[in-house]
Amino acid sequence: MSRPSLRRAAPAALALTCVLGVAACTDKVETSSSSTAAGTGGAAGPITVNATDTTCELSATTAKAGTVTFEVTNAGSKVNEFYLYAEGDRIVGEVENITPGLKRELKVEITEPGTFTTACKPGMVGDGIRAPFTVTGTATAGSADQKVAKAIADYKAFVASEADEFVEGTEKFVAAVKAGDVAKAKSLYAQARHPWEAIEPVAESFGDLDPKIDGREDVIAEGMAFTGYHRLEKDLWKDGLQKDSGAIADQLLTDVKAIAAKSKTVDPTALSIAGGAKALLDEVATGKVTGEEERYSHTDLWDFDGNLEGSRQALAALRPVITERDPALQKSLDARFTELSSLLGTHKAGADYKSYTALTDADIKALTVSLDALSEEVSKVPGVVEAT
Amino acid sequence: MTARAPQPRLPDPANGTGEVGEVGDAGDAGGVSRRRLLGVSGTAAVAGIVAGATSAYAVSQASAATAAQEAGPTTAPALGLDAAIPFRGEHQAGIVTPAQDRLHFVALDVVTKDRAQLRELLETWTRAAERMTAGAEAAPGGLVGGGPNRAPEDTGEAYGLPASGLTITIGYGPSLFDDRFGLADRKPAALEELPPFVGDQLDPKRSGGDLCIQACANDPQVAVHAVRNLVRMGFGVVAVRWSQLGFGRTSSTSTAQATPRNMFGFKDGTNNVKAEEPEGLDRHVWVAPEDEKGGGAWMAGGSYLVARRIRMHIEVWDRTSLQEQEDVIGRDKKEGAPLGQAKEFDALDFAKRGPDGTPAIPVNAHVRLAHESQLGGIRILRRGYNFTDGSDGVGHLDAGLFFLAYMRDPAKQFVPMQRALASKDLLNEYIEHNGSAVFACPPGLQDGEHWGQSLFA
Repeated sequence: MSRPSLRRAAPAALALTCVLGVAACTDKVETSSSSTAAGTGGAAGPITVNATDTTCELSATTAKAGTVTFEVTNAGSKVNEFYLYAEGDRIVGEVENITPGLKRELKVEITEPGTFTTACKPGMVGDGIRAPFTVTGTATAGSADQKVAKAIADYKAFVASEADEFVEGTEKFVAAVKAGDVAKAKSLYAQARHPWEAIEPVAESFGDLDPKIDGREDVIAEGMAFTGYHRLEKDLWKDGLQKDSGAIADQLLTDVKAIAAKSKTVDPTALSIAGGAKALLDEVATGKVTGEEERYSHTDLWDFDGNLEGSRQALAALRPVITERDPALQKSLDARFTELSSLLGTHKAGADYKSYTALTDADIKALTVSLDALSEEVSKVPGVVEAT
Repeated sequence: MTARAPQPRLPDPANGTGEVGEVGDAGDAGGVSRRRLLGVSGTAAVAGIVAGATSAYAVSQASAATAAQEAGPTTAPALGLDAAIPFRGEHQAGIVTPAQDRLHFVALDVVTKDRAQLRELLETWTRAAERMTAGAEAAPGGLVGGGPNRAPEDTGEAYGLPASGLTITIGYGPSLFDDRFGLADRKPAALEELPPFVGDQLDPKRSGGDLCIQACANDPQVAVHAVRNLVRMGFGVVAVRWSQLGFGRTSSTSTAQATPRNMFGFKDGTNNVKAEEPEGLDRHVWVAPEDEKGGGAWMAGGSYLVARRIRMHIEVWDRTSLQEQEDVIGRDKKEGAPLGQAKEFDALDFAKRGPDGTPAIPVNAHVRLAHESQLGGIRILRRGYNFTDGSDGVGHLDAGLFFLAYMRDPAKQFVPMQRALASKDLLNEYIEHNGSAVFACPPGLQDGEHWGQSLFA
């Protein structure tokens, strides 16, 4: 199972005002002949870049931290591009499609001193004509982001609430199994698992607990017993309750309580919350919309709903951050969450979801198309919240 | 792979040994790939190759710093397999462009209801397509430039590969002009769904589509990369309806190219409309301004594309005698000459009779039925590809011809041709049409233009 990356963002050499992606933080101004520098910045006036098909000459190769403006003129015969890279070819700013004769401007915010790389890229391909670029001075203070702190607190509260629900639902389900009430256990199964599906990326990081609770028979590690929800699913829907079903149920409750307690101790970052939102949709794509997760009960649409809700809640916590930094993305996320939720809702029968087996090929394709559309947008969120 | 004509030995501009038949090497200074030169069929073309090789070499030297791959305007584009084909021009690339060896074709449905989103996607696609055909990443810094926390904007599998002659050609299906996007009055008159033909076994999952993208390249990885990245940019706006890979061209679209063979083992496309026939192209391929005077006027300079997935019953064909194979096709298998003639490019003589008194080219032979003389002068520009999608469930090759043809008016060209073939062609015993679509491919883009502009003007 995939986990959200807990890797921190690269050292925050980039400006906080520049976290929305390159487009939002570069100020592309096309000028004809008169060079009106739209910002003075750390350097004393714009740095001119004379780009030809074979050369890339800058009027200065150092600047002070702050706003730095490059004025790029394409004096060559090929379409050119100009890049400012941080370490690892990470783009700080770029201007593309500078046709021959054109002059364009690139403004970047650089908050920390260090060594960067400039590159002209005649013909758009290859590494370009590169040179080091040094930023001096002192780091400009990045303001502590209250919104991010609030987002993290909100998400922790959501996880705690879902974890409690998971324990409660499991208690009822386990009681039904132990009472031998197959019909009742079956009716409780999908909804008992629902909170788990909503917080899975947080909870599944604890050793063997995830496979013990949620492992499918074909994916658990060699030598490990087949236990947990899916073992009981098989008993309830296929084999009938077994002699050890009660013991499996007891162990399940123990494990669920343990994982719920541990889930509450996780300290997420904005980045890990965003990564978790994506990971939940990945779960839908690879296990739920394919009907693989619930092979006996076919309650995959309940899991789908749980994953989707978990992803939505994670991004709801980040909403103030995303809205501030990339309002267009927030708008798109809202539209696509709504679209997929509505589509999923059409497969409800009363309060319950239909069996996965009731879906037609066209239904599955429509869900997949909508899921792809949402997932592609959700995958952009880590880049928006990374510099925190 | 298609068979190649014998390759002439050429002086090698790179090392002067004079013993090299792989002109592609001249552009491979970076050691990226070694691919064979397309075969040539005449001495005139040899001169062109030498010029092309020299030019490619010069480019590779001049741009070593940037690894730029460019075809100069005087370079015959077919000849440097790594070279870039200009994206912009009077007509879209990928039609008369000498047919590249590989294809990834995709038909898409628009899933948004928002006209503005579709227009925006067409603009995004234009930018990415232009970049990729130049050999660049789909977006600036697409490989790693977004840093560690973002999903890379370019999927990366073509990074470091040359442009490989990539062309990206777009087309619009009749269904795009329904009431969803306010395009009904922009529909070209000639853009109509094809009528059913005798023997059609069409699978709806391999047919139709609001849009198509034809990506052709001399490296399959480059073609697949292009489609993959364009599809990804389209999530939420379009969704793939069907797609088809082609592994070897079955037509020549330039006299500089040798005639390839199809999966029946026969040369295919000998008498194709070729790039070197401007009058033939104007008459048979390009939509003329007088063809579309109403809302479809934007199609002037464009062309209609008919796509048909033609499954071949390979195993049945393979156990058919040579005589019958040749009678079915109407050409001899080795040389490709019309029956009764000696050479591939000899004229077809439908009156000629064999020793037994019957027509040398049987009355229902494929070449006879499809020949312009039998169809009132109709011709089309074929640009199809051999395909193999592995095996079917009973151990037979799922293979055949992915037929692509460009024309000025499908109702006047493909439809009568296919009607004649569908009812009589001896070949029908060995083939089955199981996918079909028609698209209006707009004219080429001028500097600064994007695909959405003419459609939504």
